[in-house]
Amino acid sequence: MSTRDLAYIALFAAIMAALAIFPPLMLPIGVPITAQSMGPMLAGLILGARRGGLSILLFVVLVAIGLPLLAGGRGGLGIVMGPTGGFIIGWIPAAFAIGWLTERFWNGLNPINAFLIAVFGSVVVSYAVGIPWTAAVAGIGLDQAFWPMLAFVPGDCLKAAVAVVVALTVKRAYPLIPARS
Amino acid sequence: MSVGVYVHADSVVHRLSPGIKLAALFGFSTLIVLVRDVVALAVALGLVLMLFPLARLPLSLAWRQWRPILVVMAILAAVQLFYSDWVGAVSVVLRLSALVLLAALVSLTTKASDMIEAISRAVRPLAYLGISPTRIGLVISLALRFIPLIAEQLEEVKEAQRARGLERNVLALTIPLMVRVLKMATEIGDAIEARSFDPDDARRLSDLWRRRSEQPSERNDH
Repeated sequence: MSTRDLAYIALFAAIMAALAIFPPLMLPIGVPITAQSMGPMLAGLILGARRGGLSILLFVVLVAIGLPLLAGGRGGLGIVMGPTGGFIIGWIPAAFAIGWLTERFWNGLNPINAFLIAVFGSVVVSYAVGIPWTAAVAGIGLDQAFWPMLAFVPGDCLKAAVAVVVALTVKRAYPLIPARS
Repeated sequence: MSVGVYVHADSVVHRLSPGIKLAALFGFSTLIVLVRDVVALAVALGLVLMLFPLARLPLSLAWRQWRPILVVMAILAAVQLFYSDWVGAVSVVLRLSALVLLAALVSLTTKASDMIEAISRAVRPLAYLGISPTRIGLVISLALRFIPLIAEQLEEVKEAQRARGLERNVLALTIPLMVRVLKMATEIGDAIEARSFDPDDARRLSDLWRRRSEQPSERNDH
């Protein structure tokens, strides 16, 4: 891994932190949408699996050691170990999965398959970590933790759409994943 | 390094080594997830709350850490009430409160720099796998330096797009910003390489961190 790669990893961890300053958008049903969960999608779509996953890992470590980098100025182990901590941890495999799929589809990447990749990572992968985590930490059944979280799916799809437009334009202007032969 | 949720006080809890605090936290959280008895959970929460005066921290700080999880906890308790009974709902609230407050206490009483040092000691064996602690130190310092740089670049892009009447268009802001910061990161990466940064140099991670926090004004030369 070159020094450039280290700089990209640091950059996307910083972008995650910068996304926290956007005020959360409230859905009519009282569910907040933060811009921050767009970070893992951007990291995976722009940097690929390894660098994207590591950048989100770095961000989660910074939050866990007590820096207030999460939306709303939150941070520390209290949040990471709390009921929704699994969704924060889940960002790491989500970014990795999105990056891995992006690398596989890099040559033929279009808005549709990129959107499906982003939704797969940010809904399927990160919920697969987040929901069992909530269930375990709260000591409740998996099904009981599952239903409330579905309220976040529309927001995640919206964010995936924005992330895909940004990532595809960046792919044309400043591609960082090598083309596959 | 005083950034973060750390609150200084002179107490036994503050002086405990970060490694021990983290180990205790993980031990406690494993136990509390396994405990099902509502009385035992109440006792556990009581014990955690008693640690706050021991750490010479006001209980208002505990409240500030507890408040953000209130909504999530209410939803989970309501679901529990619907599926089982009020004992289940109370258990969820007690368990989550104890867990979150103890974890928050660790962050409140441990400086970020000490936490990094504990992590660096823990990852030292990884050097055998080719992961150098110095690289980790570099990447952490870079990330913290990039945050204000991104904000700076955003201001510049905003100004440029205002001239075009596009300052309210999310994509017209994000895309140029993204390309700018990627170029910036490439240049910084190359500059570090050009100055003979040796990632396998066995300097301690905490030294890098300390230098960074001691001379913030001299770090503008990217």
